[in-house]
Amino acid sequence: MEFTIDWYFLIEKLLLISAVLGVSLAVAMYSTWGERKVAAWIQDRRGPNRAGIFGLLQPLADGGKLFFKEEIIPSHANRFLFVLGPSLAMLTACLTSAVIPWGDTLTIGDRIVSLQIADINIGVLWIMAVVGMGVYGIMIGGWASNNKFSLLAACRGASQVISYELPMGLALIALFMLSGSLSLKDIVEQQREGVWYILLQPIGFLIFLICAFAECNRTPFDLPEAENELNGGYHLEYSSMKLGFYLFAEYINMFISSVLMATLYFGGYAFPYMDSLGLDGNTLTILGIVALFLKTFFFIFVFMWVRWTIPRFRYDQLMKLGWKILIPLALLNMLITGAVVLFRQYGI
Amino acid sequence: MGIDLIIFTVLSAIAIAAALGVILSKNPVNSVLCMITCFVAIAGHYIMLNAQFLFVVHLIVYTGAIMVLFLFVLMMMNLNADIEPQKRNWLKYAGAISGGALLLVLVAALRDASLPAIQAGGKTDIGLVSNLGKTLFTSYVVPFELSSVLFLSAMVGAVVIGKK
Repeated sequence: MEFTIDWYFLIEKLLLISAVLGVSLAVAMYSTWGERKVAAWIQDRRGPNRAGIFGLLQPLADGGKLFFKEEIIPSHANRFLFVLGPSLAMLTACLTSAVIPWGDTLTIGDRIVSLQIADINIGVLWIMAVVGMGVYGIMIGGWASNNKFSLLAACRGASQVISYELPMGLALIALFMLSGSLSLKDIVEQQREGVWYILLQPIGFLIFLICAFAECNRTPFDLPEAENELNGGYHLEYSSMKLGFYLFAEYINMFISSVLMATLYFGGYAFPYMDSLGLDGNTLTILGIVALFLKTFFFIFVFMWVRWTIPRFRYDQLMKLGWKILIPLALLNMLITGAVVLFRQYGI
Repeated sequence: MGIDLIIFTVLSAIAIAAALGVILSKNPVNSVLCMITCFVAIAGHYIMLNAQFLFVVHLIVYTGAIMVLFLFVLMMMNLNADIEPQKRNWLKYAGAISGGALLLVLVAALRDASLPAIQAGGKTDIGLVSNLGKTLFTSYVVPFELSSVLFLSAMVGAVVIGKK
């Protein structure tokens, strides 16, 4: 036996992975800047404007500050787990990007390059799996800090993520009934030929949006880091770049959720009339990437808009909303979708 | 040596090392983390067999849900090793013997089992979602629905206990 490794394939995928990770990190970095600018705009302030033009160098300054801060590991904390927590948070935040179709295919020479790292036919389930594993970063970090506030916040965070995974999954099932496929690429291609799924699944999208807010621990569901009750949440004991990782992971999650919403319900890289423009493949692909990022940035803006508009829920309200409103609503949505699909297939 | 064999070797090594870590580590939280690593490595084996649905369900159910529950319980308990009661010797022997018996049964069962997916070397499509779904909802629909009733009763039971 001998080595049979397709080196071009490996290099192509490595480049793609590096590009996707780089873009995720860059978008997350500038989301922190965007967040402050949006907050300032909503609250009628100026926001960061000292570092560079429009304060554009502010994220770099913040990153530098976090790197140079003193690292404190509490004396009673489990050192290994304490470091593992933020690492896991970062890892799970970055894993999801593998199954997202960032664009159609590019033709370079006689090689056709798909702008999706892995087109597995269980794409959306992979995302659910990674979201489920995202709990570990919060739980391990909160527990390893050996601090009751951190532990309380970790429990809140974990139960919140687990509770909101259910309506999210149920909302997605209704979508799959229409698409008949779990591959994100197929879902985008179907929207390219037909209509965007937001028109067929408005309730499903609303549920997905609410759950995405809860999964990212964003306001109005940012109870794990409720300052007024818990002194700052599961990352209370963290300092320096380890704190930075937790905050950064939140922004990456926000970016990935926005890409997902754009992909699942708003056509992904497809945009209206794209096939009747008469452009060649590569140009269309690049335009598609631009379209995907425009949609994504809109959803990131919505995340920020909501944060600076709506106050935080109380914990019991959060649980009541998840279990008593969203899950029944998602089930009803699933039932109606199933009935309509059946009706269209067989008539009465 | 193909790339499949390299990945298989690496995954197996991780799975075995993590499984040993589960029983050898003193700290229960470390055991849980080792178990999660072991599950992820085994999930990798599923994807090598082209059993994509099994792979992702394994991740969602075992690493995502069940191990989170384990971790929850462990974190809520007091994990001080000093006040942990010492287990009696006969309990340890009983555990070792029953574990060994289970191993014997498993090896005996595996020896004669026909494993078409493994013999095909991951070239079958039976593990893909649509094929698995068709099989579940045609040939095995009665056991499938019955097991869902079983799950429902377990859920109702949990609610009843929780209400007390």
